Amino acid sequence: MAQTIAPVVSAAPRPDPAVAELLQTVVDTARAIFGAQASSIMLLDATADELIFEAVSGQGQEFLVGRRFPAGRGIAGWVAASGEPMVVDDLHDSTSFDRDIAESTGYVPNALMAAPLIRRDRVLGVLEVLDPSPQARSGLPELDLLGLFARQAAVALHVLTTHEPRPAPDAPDTPDDPSRTELRRLLSEARRLLGE
Amino acid sequence: MTTAQQPAPALTWGLRGRGPADVPVEADGPPDLPEKGLLGGTGRGVRVCVVDSGIERDHPMVGPVAQSWRVFKDGDGVHVEETEEGDACGHGTACAGIIRRTAPECELSSIRVLGDRFSGSGDVLLEGIRWAVRQRFDVVNLSLSTTHDRFEDELRRLADEAYFQQTVIVASAHNTRVESFPWRFSSVISVGSHQEDDPDLHLYNPEPPVEFFAPGQRVQVAWLGGTSIRSSGNSFATPFIAGLCARILSSGPRLTPFQLKNALYLSAANVRVHASR
Repeated sequence: MAQTIAPVVSAAPRPDPAVAELLQTVVDTARAIFGAQASSIMLLDATADELIFEAVSGQGQEFLVGRRFPAGRGIAGWVAASGEPMVVDDLHDSTSFDRDIAESTGYVPNALMAAPLIRRDRVLGVLEVLDPSPQARSGLPELDLLGLFARQAAVALHVLTTHEPRPAPDAPDTPDDPSRTELRRLLSEARRLLGE
Repeated sequence: MTTAQQPAPALTWGLRGRGPADVPVEADGPPDLPEKGLLGGTGRGVRVCVVDSGIERDHPMVGPVAQSWRVFKDGDGVHVEETEEGDACGHGTACAGIIRRTAPECELSSIRVLGDRFSGSGDVLLEGIRWAVRQRFDVVNLSLSTTHDRFEDELRRLADEAYFQQTVIVASAHNTRVESFPWRFSSVISVGSHQEDDPDLHLYNPEPPVEFFAPGQRVQVAWLGGTSIRSSGNSFATPFIAGLCARILSSGPRLTPFQLKNALYLSAANVRVHASR
């Protein structure tokens, strides 16, 4: 637990559509890799004590982006506060599992994987995967793989929240900043893990 | 109730004017290694504290909870008070259930450091650990850690304080390859996961800093509403070792933390003890 929490959510329009697209590719890829019904990235708004859906793939994709729910509760809340990933299965037997939150999102999963999005000491949000396929469910390797995706998403989020205006199209390329370098490294690591 | 401020124990820097007869120690020998089954007793008489998201009351897999506190923050700082609240997440209840399964007769208590509002700050965790140590629990289960360097020194002092007063802190290694505390300290017992199916198997890691591995994959754990789910991670390996510690201490209450760690080491399934030459 115990990451430094800072508001990372701005009401301002997202300045870089490419980063939003990158977040979408993360959730799309996570969903595909785990054969899941849905995947989402939630941002933490520590001031409001809420998590906000930032990117969704699959169930809820049409209406969940922008929805908020309390950050101090449930599995996503624990993951955000502890800075640790978590995978759970057999939730249908757990009558009180974040049921109100799950139902408000229009989908009640039987299995859930969640990992924190951490950039240095800051928790930026949570990456969730709902109902992965039974073959890719709740084991330690899946926990590791999810963590890798979460790191990738965290770098993208960091770029999003520290964005500076892009140079003019005809401006010379600037040297890579550490975030973009790390993003490339993580993408390379992901490809290696996936055997590409 | 507020945070206890107890004086630090006196330090002994050297033996002056006294001899061996002046410092007798009544000790327990190491428990005999069982041919099968778990080491030690049932946990009877051993006080265990779970520092986590709280423990659900009357959960069939957890049983009685002796005392429950919560750490909270307000404008005046960080405080501790008794609470009737249970568990906002399920994680603390899951840990408690594993301890109960392993050491059925231990006394379980809870201090909640997560779950009120979003409270991901190290000072709340630190206060929870401090409270558990100052209450002189025999075993503290900590399936949490902090990545903040600025808490490292204070956590190390607390871990040392616990070690010297015979409180054993059993701490989860982080699930991802990041540096965090206090599991890195040699004064605590650090735990990671293995992938074996045997729910009673623990292993010693010949390449620390993680010292022991315990069942952490698809573990059936207690959850909210009196139910159970399956989950994976070091969080659930740790309370198995905490439960083992309670078992061992119930059969040898005077065992020191280093004797306890040695008992875990000698009873690990991958450790072969050779005869002396």
